[in-house]
Parts: sequence; C-alpha cells; structure tokens
Amino acid sequence: MRRAAVLGTGQTDHRTRRTDVSMAGLCREAIDRALLDAGTDWSQIDAVVLGKAPDLFEGVMMPELALAQSLGAAGKPLLRVHTAGSVGGATAIVATSLIRAGVHRRVLAVAFEKQSESNAMWALSIQPPFTAPITAGAGGYFAPHIRSYIRRSGAPPHIGALVAVKDRRNGALNPHTHLRQPDITLESVQASPMLWDPIRFDETCPSSDGACAVVIGDAAAVSAASREVAWIKATSMRTEPTFYAGKDHVNPRAGADAAAALWASAGIKDPLREIDVAELYVPFSWFEPMWLENVGFIGQGQGWKLVENGDTRIGGVLPVNPSGGVLCSNPIGASGLLRFAESAMQVMGRAGEHQVPDAATALGHAYGGGSQFFSMWVVGRTP
Amino acid sequence: MDTLAAPLTIAFDYTRSLGPVLGRFMAGLRDHRVLGSRTADGRVHVPPLEFDPDTLAPLTDLVEVSPTGTVVTWAWVDQPLEGQPLDHPFAWALIRLDGADTPMLHAVDTGTEDKIKIGLRVRIRWSPSPTGHIRDIACFEPGTAPERTGHEIGDAVTIMTTPIRLHYTHTTSVEEDRYLRALAEGRIVGQRCPACCKVYVPPRVCPADGVAPGEVVEVTDKGTVTTFCVVNVPFAGQRLTPPYVVAQVLLDGADIPIPHLILGVPSDQVRMGLRVSAVWRDRADWSTTPENIDHFEPNGEPDAPYESYAEHQ
Repeated sequence: MRRAAVLGTGQTDHRTRRTDVSMAGLCREAIDRALLDAGTDWSQIDAVVLGKAPDLFEGVMMPELALAQSLGAAGKPLLRVHTAGSVGGATAIVATSLIRAGVHRRVLAVAFEKQSESNAMWALSIQPPFTAPITAGAGGYFAPHIRSYIRRSGAPPHIGALVAVKDRRNGALNPHTHLRQPDITLESVQASPMLWDPIRFDETCPSSDGACAVVIGDAAAVSAASREVAWIKATSMRTEPTFYAGKDHVNPRAGADAAAALWASAGIKDPLREIDVAELYVPFSWFEPMWLENVGFIGQGQGWKLVENGDTRIGGVLPVNPSGGVLCSNPIGASGLLRFAESAMQVMGRAGEHQVPDAATALGHAYGGGSQFFSMWVVGRTP
Repeated sequence: MDTLAAPLTIAFDYTRSLGPVLGRFMAGLRDHRVLGSRTADGRVHVPPLEFDPDTLAPLTDLVEVSPTGTVVTWAWVDQPLEGQPLDHPFAWALIRLDGADTPMLHAVDTGTEDKIKIGLRVRIRWSPSPTGHIRDIACFEPGTAPERTGHEIGDAVTIMTTPIRLHYTHTTSVEEDRYLRALAEGRIVGQRCPACCKVYVPPRVCPADGVAPGEVVEVTDKGTVTTFCVVNVPFAGQRLTPPYVVAQVLLDGADIPIPHLILGVPSDQVRMGLRVSAVWRDRADWSTTPENIDHFEPNGEPDAPYESYAEHQ
C-alpha cells in the first residue's frame, strides 16, 4: 500500500447563514483555501470526492450533478460519499484510499452543508404513516443515551458543562468558528435552558453553513510540496445498525471496533500516551467522555475523569477539540472532514492560535446516524 | 394479501442562497432582462455559470442576451405533472437565446405538437408578477420579443424560495402489517429472530442477523423505562407541545425498547427502571396505528432492577 499525506486543508468561515454564497460558492471558498494551503493548482488535481449529509437538508437530490463543474470535476473522476454525519470523515478516507491504491497522485476531498437552506431538525423528523408521533428532535435522540452514560459511569452532572466551556473557549481561538464565546463559564452553561434533559442549550451544537476541503497526495506529491504535510498513518471505518436488540448506544461496537483496528494499523499501543491531540465528533458535550472511552483512550466509565482533571484542555495530557469542535461549528456534512482537517493542521503546525505545541500525532474522528457510522484516521508529522 | 399502505407527503419551502452571479441573474429576470456569464474562451452561458469550466476562476463578467431565441431540440409532454411550468400539453425544449452560446431548458407553449419544431423562433413569456425568481420566466412562446424596454437592473437577489413537494405511498412490510392489525385489536405482537432468538417489537428483519423474523410472540402492554429525556424545546416538525417525556420502554417479553411518551407523572419523577403500563385510547377509536396507545403511565409496580434492562437502553 502506498503512503498518503494531507498536503493542505481549507475551510469556510462557518455561520448560521451564509447567504452571500451559493452551495457552489461555499464549497469553493473551502477548496480555494485548501489548494492555496497545499501549494497546488487545479491542473494537479486528479479526482474529486464530495461528501455531504442527507440531500433532504438542502432539498437538492444528488447535488454532485449540479456542483461537478464548479468543483473542478469536469474531465475527472467524481465520487459522492454519504454516511450521514460521519460523511466528512468517510470522504477523506475514500480520497486516501484512491492515493494508497496508486490510482491517483492528488485527490481533492470536499464536504459541505448549507443548513440554512432548510431546517435539519425538520428533515430528521419526517414521520412516515403508521408510526406514533413520538418525535423528540436530534437532541432528543441522543439525550437518553447520555442519561444512560451518566447512570453507568457515575459521572457528576457538571461534566457536560465543563466540556462546553472548554470547546467554546477553544473555538474563540479559531478564526473560522461559528460560535465564538471566549467569556463562557461553567456557571453560564449551567444557567442555560435545559433543552432535552439532560442536555442544556450551551451543551448543544449550532446549525451552521460551511464547507471543508483537503488535498491528499502520494509520496511524489509530498516530495514536490514546499510545506509540512500530515502523513496518514492509518484509517478505519465501521458500521452497525442504528437499532438492534442489545445495541450499546453508550459504547457502540462499531466505534470500538473501528478504533481498535485504527490503533493496530497505526502501531499505537497506548493511545492516551501516543496521541498528542484528538478532534472528536462531539455534537453534544457529554459525547466527549463517551467517545474518549469508546475509542479506548481510557477504560469504561473513566472518560469523565479526564474531563474533570482538565486533561482534555489545550496544554493537558490529551487536548480534545482545540478547534472548538462540532460544539462551535456544525455544517453537518463538513463536520467530520473538519475533524480530520483540524487533526492534520495540528501535525502540520498550521493551527494558528489553537495550535497544540509540538503535536506530532493526531486523531481525527467522526460518527453519524444513530451512532451507526464511524470513521477515523491517525495523522503524523512523519510517515 | 395487500399490506397496509398510506400516502406520505414531504414538503418544505427551501431557501436558496444565490451568491453574486445567480443573484444578479434573478434580479435581471425581475426586470425582464436576461444575463449570461462570459467565460475566458469568450462563450456566453445562459443561465450563467458561477465558475469558468476551463480555468475554474469565478465568473464576474455578466452580459445581457435577448429574450428571444431558437429551439435547438424538443420533447413533447402530453400529460404535465405537478410543479411543471404549464398545466396543459407543452414541449420541453433546449432554447438558445440570441447572444448566448449555450441553450437553456424550458417549456414552450405551442398548444399542439405540430407547432413545435427545431429552429422555431420563441420568446420568453414573463410571469405577470415577477419577484426575482427563476419562475419569472413563465415559459416560452412562438414569436420574437419587441425591442427591449427594460429599465436598469436593481439590486441582486439574495435568497430565492423553492418549494419542494414529494409524494410517496408508504407500503408496510408483511411484519409491520401484522403488527398494525394486531394493534387494531388491542394486542401488541412482536416476532422472534430465528438466529439470535431476540423478540423485536415492532417485528422486522433482524438488523443484527439480516434474516426474516420467525415465531410471532404476543407481548404485554406493560414495561420498564430503560432511559428517557425530557423534551423542553420546540422544533420544526414537532407534533406535541413541550415539555414532555420521551422514554425508551422495554415491554415485558420484548428484547428492544420502543420510544413512547410517559404521562400521568411529573417529569421530574420519571426515572430509569420505572414500571409503566400503556394507556389505550377509546376502543371505538382504534385503528391500524400505534397511536391506539396514547401514552404510558406508572403502574405502581416496584422499579425494575438496573441489571434487568441494562442491555436494553
């Protein structure tokens, strides 16, 4: 298998509504920044991989048809990827696979969501006939699983708020962030309205318009690059049904299996010691301790202790979401690719104000659907 | 035997952010003027492209073309569908406007099929009430437009609302049909997976094993709250008024919980392990729907031990 590396990344300025750009314009803002960051131009891109979450979000079926030309895919292979909220991660992994397989030299991966074109909560609450009207919304789907986590782990109730404070303050260091709240406090989070008990308003991701792009290349492309790259050490994806008897929504098997395969492939024995920074897909703050356990940074029921100790802050043992994460910007289809891109930016030393000092090895992580799809990668400063 | 089926309509008024190029194009239509974009090779594209297909540079050079053009090719539509430009028979045609190098797709109203032909000169029939929307072009009709009397094009349009309506017929599976017909009789049935032996309510192809369900199992209308959330937030598509408790209820005899409402108890007294029973609607109102069960409420039994439902949250 050939080696692959991230040559450059780009992302939009994420906002509630980017009414100044069309979907094509939104994607191009991220792509043009990624090409610039990678020091490449369109002539060097061999293929384009496009990811986004359900088409119902924008009401454009198969948007890759209309977008192909604006994404520079004319005359080149274009692949569309969809794995719900994890799609950004899956998109990066498909692009990586094309490089590793030796099919292409440089592949552009781009993912987007323009949530302002409709209402994601509506799109996720379509009620088919012969079902009971027991809709609870996106937070309502995950809140019971958070309650289960709290019951199972014995975590104190302020853990979710601690994560929210950390991520929102981190996000204020990131120029692209949607929510910028440098002055948020534990008290202000705990005083915010309880939306889906036990999830409070400030512990919830926003709804964003945004896009992210990365250019992935092979060893020859790296040789031709003039800047640091992020070597892709391992990738992993796993899937499981949304519902089945005995499904563990707190510690989904697909997530645990994907992580175990990832660590084995990357040769990582002790993730907590060997990973310098992690970008985890945390749409509701309590998912930080849940995923810390699920991907194996720490034993079951212990993840909240890392949060409480401040170990997941910038400067801690394992900084998690120095970018601010999904809690600060959530263009759903792009959110996973943002996690992957931010992990690459860290090891390339190009994360700016939210740079984790000396980050050499990083994890990018995404999940989607009802904890159905998981995608992850490990990137490093060296191959 | 036909299984139960019912219509499903999905509809939303999507709001399209147009960006600088399409925003000016729509503004032009509002003022009865048609703009195309000129690419580096000198061609004029109508409707305008946002990015040059060769250089991929953003396109900013918008040029005006004529509202009159020529039919390049066409296909006749005998029975128009909902949402199409005309409600009587018409031709879908590719029309190259004078001054443009690319044809655009639109409807041509010739009344009868024998009047449409390649090379026919057609002009835009404008909507009587233009709003800066692609629908400001009602359709095309035979003829040439008079000399332009349009005025200056106003501000670019930022957002264009695009209503979308999708109509489906939702047809139930054999298993779902059986479950619904039992509900109409006040019974709750599940089915056991022949591979893992788990009882699914509602019955379905086993998501873990991928095999068709076997033995039909009747379960009780009593169960245990395995976990829950209190919904305090209003959201689009919601059909209940907050606050309300949505819980995962593991019915006795089932191996997977169903989501349902817990009423008849203050929300702060709902807890994991709470024992609940179904509250059915009036028997006279029962039909083939899970809505026959209005909600669940506490039945006074002692709470179930955590171990009994730990794997069913």
